Amino acid sequence: MLLIPCPYCGERAEGEFRYGGEAHFRRPDNHLEATDEAWADYLFMRKNPKGWHRERWMHLAGCRRWFYVVRHTITHKIATAYKVGDAHPDLPA
Amino acid sequence: MSQDFRLAQGGRIDREKPLRFLFDGHAYEGFAGDTLASAMLANGIHLVSRSFKYHRPRGIYGLGVEEPNALVETGIGAGIEPNARATTVELADGLIANSQNRWPSLRFDLGAVADLASPLLSAGFYYKTFMSPAGGWKIYEWLIRRAAGVGHAPELPDPDRYEHSYAHADVLVVGAGPAGLAAALAAGRAGARVMLVDDQVEPGGQLLNTPYAINGRPAPEWVAEATAELDRLPDVRRLARTLALGVYDHGYVACVERAIPVSQGRVRWRERLWRVRAKEIVVATGAIERAIIFDGNDRPGTMLASAARAYAVRYGVAAGQRAVVFANNDDAYRTALDLANAGVEVAAVVDLRHDLSGALPGMARERGLRVLAGHGIVGGRGRTRIKAVEAAPVDDPSNRQVIECDLLAVSGGWNPALHLYAHAGGKAAYDSGLAAFVPGAPAERMTIAGAAAGRFQLADCLADGARLGAEAARRAGFSAGPALVLDAPEPEPDSRIGPVASPSRGGKRFVDLHNDVTEADLRLAVTEGYRSVEHAKRYTTWGMGPDQGKTGNILGLNVLSDALGQPVPQVGTTTFRPPYHPVSFGALAGRETGDLVVPTRKTPMDSWHAEAGALFEPVGQWRRAKAYPKPGESLHAAADREVRAAREGVGLFDASTLGKIDMSGPGAETLIERVYCNNFASLKPGHARYGLMLGEDGMVKDDGVTARLGPDHFHMTTTTGGAAGVYVWIEDWLQTEWLDLEVFLTSVTEQWAVATLSGPKARQVLGPLTDVDLSAAAFPFMSFREGRVAGMPARIFRVSFSGDLSYEINVPARHGLALWQALMESGRPHGITPYGTEALHILRAEKGYIVVGHETDGTITPADLGMEAMVSKKKDFLGRRSLVRSGMSGPGRKHLVGLMTKDPARVLPMGAQILERPSEARPVPMIGHVTSSYHSPTMKRGIAMALVKNGRARMGDTVYLPLLDGPTVAAEVVKPVFYDPEGARRDG
Repeated sequence: MLLIPCPYCGERAEGEFRYGGEAHFRRPDNHLEATDEAWADYLFMRKNPKGWHRERWMHLAGCRRWFYVVRHTITHKIATAYKVGDAHPDLPA
Repeated sequence: MSQDFRLAQGGRIDREKPLRFLFDGHAYEGFAGDTLASAMLANGIHLVSRSFKYHRPRGIYGLGVEEPNALVETGIGAGIEPNARATTVELADGLIANSQNRWPSLRFDLGAVADLASPLLSAGFYYKTFMSPAGGWKIYEWLIRRAAGVGHAPELPDPDRYEHSYAHADVLVVGAGPAGLAAALAAGRAGARVMLVDDQVEPGGQLLNTPYAINGRPAPEWVAEATAELDRLPDVRRLARTLALGVYDHGYVACVERAIPVSQGRVRWRERLWRVRAKEIVVATGAIERAIIFDGNDRPGTMLASAARAYAVRYGVAAGQRAVVFANNDDAYRTALDLANAGVEVAAVVDLRHDLSGALPGMARERGLRVLAGHGIVGGRGRTRIKAVEAAPVDDPSNRQVIECDLLAVSGGWNPALHLYAHAGGKAAYDSGLAAFVPGAPAERMTIAGAAAGRFQLADCLADGARLGAEAARRAGFSAGPALVLDAPEPEPDSRIGPVASPSRGGKRFVDLHNDVTEADLRLAVTEGYRSVEHAKRYTTWGMGPDQGKTGNILGLNVLSDALGQPVPQVGTTTFRPPYHPVSFGALAGRETGDLVVPTRKTPMDSWHAEAGALFEPVGQWRRAKAYPKPGESLHAAADREVRAAREGVGLFDASTLGKIDMSGPGAETLIERVYCNNFASLKPGHARYGLMLGEDGMVKDDGVTARLGPDHFHMTTTTGGAAGVYVWIEDWLQTEWLDLEVFLTSVTEQWAVATLSGPKARQVLGPLTDVDLSAAAFPFMSFREGRVAGMPARIFRVSFSGDLSYEINVPARHGLALWQALMESGRPHGITPYGTEALHILRAEKGYIVVGHETDGTITPADLGMEAMVSKKKDFLGRRSLVRSGMSGPGRKHLVGLMTKDPARVLPMGAQILERPSEARPVPMIGHVTSSYHSPTMKRGIAMALVKNGRARMGDTVYLPLLDGPTVAAEVVKPVFYDPEGARRDG
């Protein structure tokens, strides 16, 4: 069970959170004019990296806020967590 | 029999406190402080089990969790616990234990014919029975399932309670031996919050049976002192009888604590699962002695040398009267010396090594013990108990000598217990000097002290503990406390280790005692192509028993290494995964059993439903009244009666479970416009509208009626099951994409109780109770009014899910029951009838109203449902772009239609598949399925809704539904509105 550093509440057990998948994928601008390919990419395609991953989490049983976590998908190490609107931190080497 | 093998003195048992126990129906006595195993040995019981596959007689082999043989069943009736290790069962007065996997008795077990048939039962034999002869498996399976195995699961519900506890620690120390005690002391003195867990009753580990001194005094005295200091430190928590099962991510460690056994009645809790979150973990789990491979190495009376030593020194029990010690390392001589000092005759020490120049062999020789250097054991005598061994020079195995003995203590070296390190992601490295795996690269938050790190000298264990405990505390933010100075002189060690196998003369040589895997099985696996360690493991089941190969792992790797011609590190090792030791389902479940598995949500009117004899059904976590059958009435008859009442008179329904979200703020209208696909901007305050919600993929996600309470204030309702998901989903958009929208969302599902009056007489029932003008002109359909109902503040919505005149009356939840009672009272002259969810579904199906999750399944668009007209073409909303993706419209999509069976009495089963023709060649092309189906009391016939490919083009066509174990039913495709298609009844 991961220990997730909620930027609002501090470290809490994974069971309090909801996972939201890859972070920062973009809804196409002028989406009504987006090509089928661009729209399908937005709808269905997500990265599944082996290594560092920026991802969305929501503190469901706490502040109910969405935020971002940089997590390593193999070691489960968490490098950092940050709020919506914060600058995206670099991925660790 | 009364403890004939209890030594006259010594041991840490309390001889003043005798405890009685039963094994296989015979009464015995032991002492407080015994384990079941030590008490059995004190009574001369060596035959305790039959082996898994061959039903060979087996005896107590180890001292603790490593025990592969002595699995017994404890308790009776519902309290039975199968597969308990006799070595870990704490003796209690009145304990009942029975042997397992034998018939008719332990001493005479018919299953032992398997041993005679063993040439047929080699590695992978049961895989081979899958292959040939054809169909043979069906016969073998019956035999194998009965013959192989361990204990039987209890058949009654567990009467005991299990607890869960949570704990946070700066430093978690696992193991209270020398290294663990020193680590806990060092970290505790630094002021860290320390948790020290140990699976034994008494702390001390090996110190409880060491002859050596710490700081000049007997080791147990130092243990008592250290323990007393730990118990005085305010932030140190010490848990005995507590086994660390597994290390998970981010310092999460699961431990299970056993209750102190009681002789009468039940314990308050039987096991307690500790979920510890530790900043630092010091692993001081010690090492587990391993065996040596030799012919007939499984006779009862054969045991690990460390176990024989501990039984003598710690429990005051002679595991035999005449012992042979079989060794490949110096540590075995400690056992020989301790046994001799305890009064056990040591007939010989047989050592595979030729050069025995270390201090310990020297001491043994000085003590007058017979030492056979360069010798192995090549055979033995005795079936249910060892009677003699055959020793022979390693270089000349046929030159045998028989040595009579009733105890064979085997020491093949020590394996550091690295399970927790492996759980944490550590990769062990092979140390060929120790012939064992030792810690490699460090694992996160973890350090490894003492014997667990392959450092077996007492002084090293103490020094490691003191250093690593202080370092762990420092990393957790504490500066070191008073230094620990511990001096523990020992005989000069000689760490050279001999081979792990003795020469063979053709007998059975077990590598894994629990699963009856022999050296020959592993070699056969390699011959048959299972060359990877993981394949060989699975093919032979080596290391896959409940003991997970704690004593046989290295032995098997050495066999594979030899068979493959590769050094051990290249052979690799299998992965240790949690749990370290089997754990009960009870401990994992804790209190979350029975009614507490899932919370039951009840509406404010629930007690009324229960008193009225309602039949309940679970809907999500809610418990809802399905119908209110009268005595002797079936569900079907009750629902029919309830539907007729709601159509012809008046019915009352508890709709409190509907999801409700209060939305307010200047951005509320924009938000609503974006989450519903139909227009809401034109909705005036005081009015309500049905809304359809799509996912970004354009599929119907949820629906419900939303009312505009004020310009910037909306009351959204969702489906009962979708409430939480919709709320989270909208929050997600607000927080991550639409940060400019100022809206407060509040879930008010449980704040409002909702009673729905439905039927032509609804107005007459509500009228006398309220100050609101209910006339159709003053209070039109799809509007809402605030007022008072029976004196309570209420919001009344004129919406309808039945097609008839309806009022959904919302009051604060605390008034829900009073509202319900007032409506029932007011409705009595009109024959008011409460109706449940079954009637609700029939009523809405008669009108063709969809239920999300019935008529939709995540692949259904508004157009599929025939609702494309309501989808806004002017505004943007979630899912809009997807509606024009290819495949989202046009031929081939399924449409919502109605089905009328040709035989009106026939009610189709929901989910029934639909065919174009009554019989088709296989594979049969399915064109759709039934989504809802009921007997309609209003139409007096079966009605169904269905999703059918190109359904709207099939109006009037006949389709066919082949029923499971029944006929193929013909039905006509019709519009999905069966009753009052003009909507003439909604105003009453």
